[in-house]
Amino acid sequence: MKRILKMIATIISLNKDPMPVAREQDVVPFRNRVKEYAVKIKMGLVNQTKLITAASELVRNMLRYGGGGEVLIEVVSRGRDSGIRLTFKDDGPGIPDISLALKDGYSTGKSLGLGLPGTKRLVNEFDIKSEVGKGTKVTIIKWANG
Amino acid sequence: MDRIPILRMGPFLLVTIQVDLYDRLALDLEADLVKMVSKTGAQGILIDISAVSIVDSFMGRIIGNIGVMAKLLDAETVVVGMQPAVAITLVELGLPLKGVFTALNVERGMDLLKSKIQLFEQDETDPENDSDDHITE
Ligand SMILES: Nc1ncnc2c1ncn2[C@@H]1O[C@H](COP(=O)(O)OP(=O)(O)OP(=O)(O)O)[C@@H](O)[C@H]1O
Ligand SMILES: [Mg+2]
Repeated sequence: MKRILKMIATIISLNKDPMPVAREQDVVPFRNRVKEYAVKIKMGLVNQTKLITAASELVRNMLRYGGGGEVLIEVVSRGRDSGIRLTFKDDGPGIPDISLALKDGYSTGKSLGLGLPGTKRLVNEFDIKSEVGKGTKVTIIKWANG
Repeated sequence: MDRIPILRMGPFLLVTIQVDLYDRLALDLEADLVKMVSKTGAQGILIDISAVSIVDSFMGRIIGNIGVMAKLLDAETVVVGMQPAVAITLVELGLPLKGVFTALNVERGMDLLKSKIQLFEQDETDPENDSDDHITE
C-alpha cells in the first residue's frame, strides 16, 4: 500500500477530461474516448484492449451498483513513462467488504463476480476506496508500455 | 431500433458482429438467435467477432448464454475470428467462454460445425426435415 502511494505521488497529470456516465448508452462513447487517449500516447494494441476492457467493467459496476457517476480520464506521466489514469467515482451505496468484493466469483448481482478481480489483473495500478452510504472510488493506471 | 442481422445458410445461422455492441443490441441478438434456432431448427450458429475490439464480461456472458441456450435446442455454437488482443485480455480477465467452440475464421468455423453435427447430405437442402421434432416448447 505504501509503495503504491509513493508511486502515485510522483505521477504527473498532463490532461484531465471528466466524463459523466449516467446511462448504458454512455458506455460506448466513454470507451471510445478512452481509446482516443490511449492511441494518442501510442499505447500498444494489447494494452489498449486490456485498458478498455477494464474500463468497461468498472463503468458497468458504476452504473449497476453505484447508480452512475463520473469518470476522470487523465493522461499521466512518471519519468519517461506515459499512461492513462481513470478514476471512477459514484455516490452509490458503497462496498461494505472490499476484500470480499475483490475475490474472484463474488457478486451481489448474481453475476460472475469477475469485474473487480479481473480489472486488477488487467491494469498496472489499481486502487479502490469505498464508504458505505457515501460511494465508491476506483482508480486504475495503465502504462503505455506496461 | 438497430438489430444485428442473422443470416440463414442451410442448417446454420450466421451472425457477423460489425460494431462494438451496446447492451440492448447484445441482449436483442441473444433473444433473436434463440428464437430463430427454435423456429428454423438450425443445427449450428456461427458468430463472427473479427470486427469486435472489446469483449468484456457482459459480452462474454451473452456469448456464453447463446451457446448454452442453443445447446438446449440441440444446436452448436462456434465463435470465429477473435482478435489476438481480445483473446489475451479474456484470459487475464478470467472469463471462460463456456458452451461455445472457437475457430480461427468463418471457413474453419463452418468445418467445425459440420463435423459437430455430422451433417447428412439431405439436411443441406432441407434443414427443417428432422430437427423440429427435437424441440419441446
Ligand atoms: N461501484 C460500486 N458500488 C457498490 N458496489 C459495488 C460497486 N462495484 C462493485 N460493487 C460490489 O462488488 C461486487 C463485485 O463486483 P465485480 O465487478 O467483481 O462483480 P459483479 O459486477 O458482481 O459481476 P461481473 O462484473 O462479473 O458481471 C459486486 O457484486 C457489488 O456487490
Ligand atoms: Mg462487475
